[in-house]
Amino acid sequence: MAVTTPNPSAPADPRPALPAALTPQGRAWLDEATARPTAIRALFPAVRRRCGHTPLTGHRTVDEAARAVLLTALPLRGPALADELTRLHHHGDPAEQRAVLRALPLLDPGGPDGAGDLGDLALPLLREALRGNDNTLIEAALGPYAAAHLPDAVYRQAVLSCVFCEIPLDRVAGLGDRADVELARMLADFARERIVAGRAVPEDILPIVRSLASADAAALYGTDGLDGVT
Amino acid sequence: MRIFDPHIHMTSRTTDDYEAMYAAGVRALVEPAFWLGQPRTSPESFYDYFDSLLGWEPYRAAQHGIQHFCTIALNPKEANDPRCVPVLDELPRYLAKDRVVAVGEIGYDSMTPEEDDALARQLHLAIHHGLPALVHTPHRDKAAGTRRTLDVVKESGIDPALVVLDHLNELTVGIVLQSGCWAGFSIYPRTKMSEDRMVEVLKEHGTERVLVNSAADWGRSDPLKTRRTGDAMLAAGFDKAAVERVLWDNPVAFFGQSGRLELDPEPDAPEPDESSSFEGNSIRRGGA
Repeated sequence: MAVTTPNPSAPADPRPALPAALTPQGRAWLDEATARPTAIRALFPAVRRRCGHTPLTGHRTVDEAARAVLLTALPLRGPALADELTRLHHHGDPAEQRAVLRALPLLDPGGPDGAGDLGDLALPLLREALRGNDNTLIEAALGPYAAAHLPDAVYRQAVLSCVFCEIPLDRVAGLGDRADVELARMLADFARERIVAGRAVPEDILPIVRSLASADAAALYGTDGLDGVT
Repeated sequence: MRIFDPHIHMTSRTTDDYEAMYAAGVRALVEPAFWLGQPRTSPESFYDYFDSLLGWEPYRAAQHGIQHFCTIALNPKEANDPRCVPVLDELPRYLAKDRVVAVGEIGYDSMTPEEDDALARQLHLAIHHGLPALVHTPHRDKAAGTRRTLDVVKESGIDPALVVLDHLNELTVGIVLQSGCWAGFSIYPRTKMSEDRMVEVLKEHGTERVLVNSAADWGRSDPLKTRRTGDAMLAAGFDKAAVERVLWDNPVAFFGQSGRLELDPEPDAPEPDESSSFEGNSIRRGGA
């Protein structure tokens, strides 16, 4: 049932690209901060001013990568780790919240480090971001952690939110594996509403509707694309 | 005309305002934390408000090509409600945030002992965090309130160059500039200060250490008063450089003292396409 998405989501681990992007002062500060995990509540908000915020790789920035370094250095696991992440997220500005959301895959047993044993415990942070209207937070929430843990109904609604908010679907992790017949039906219904309203239908829902929707819904689209709706 | 509004409460304004402000030349602004009209009854509603000033409102402003910064404080009016005072203990975690460029609005409303305490404590927070302070002067008994504010500023030990006293008029501007503090003026449709009176103040006192704002909020106010003041200055014979100094260079210099005023390098060229960047992340501004 896999759907081919045009472009995989940004790499989950931005840390390897970080050292080359830091100034000597930024690197020294980060090394010192990493060695003081108990001070993370004071250090986490200051990262952007100390380490910078230039684009790094994919859609990541230096401050996000540096914050990922601090989070993965926390000597915490399971519920204790989830509590600290929740606190940092709750007290964070949008840049801090994005950094927490983007670091979740690194703290998950299925992620590259896999040491945090986070499991489903960070799901409330995702749900909060998905309830909001800030596209940058919605996008940050829909990384590999969301793909691995969001229940089907929540995942489908999140994808639909992206379509409404004009977040390109190639930014949503795991769509190829998670897209199902029900999501295709929802997207086809969305397309119908747009067609009736005389509004454009985003092209990037096409592969899902084509491969998974009922023949009736898929027939909305011609063989070459969107029939008469663009 | 490039405009930085150093005091405007965008939480209370509409997207039409953002569009009109952009069209008038506004490219950056500072939204001070203040009273919402409806009294708050618990610290928690302050925290949601502060989060909004750091999150939702900058995001909304960016969609209209305007850079949004804020100041954080317990305002003078609500400093009198014991249910709200615990906010003071939580301010440090907000003053640590990147887009917070001053402590404010602080100052006097009714000049009570509770207000004395909140003002003094928050001036010390400004010193501790290396931030400027945005100080509101009272609407009632303004001259006496301004003198008393200057005394408290002096006692606190904060560098007066880091302090702006706001909502000034012809009777209070002199002592404020003499003290070394900055002088802020809120241009209002009917009250506080008008653009024509402002031009006269500028003629008499010059353009140094002067900030002009709209202080637009949920009351009768006008977010385009900064532009109207610029137009009135030009009509009165001030040159473009003087207008730029008052409406852009001065607020940039004042809030720049925070070290956190990171303005986009080309504020006149907001990028409407997908590659435009907010906090380094790609967002679409405006939508289709």
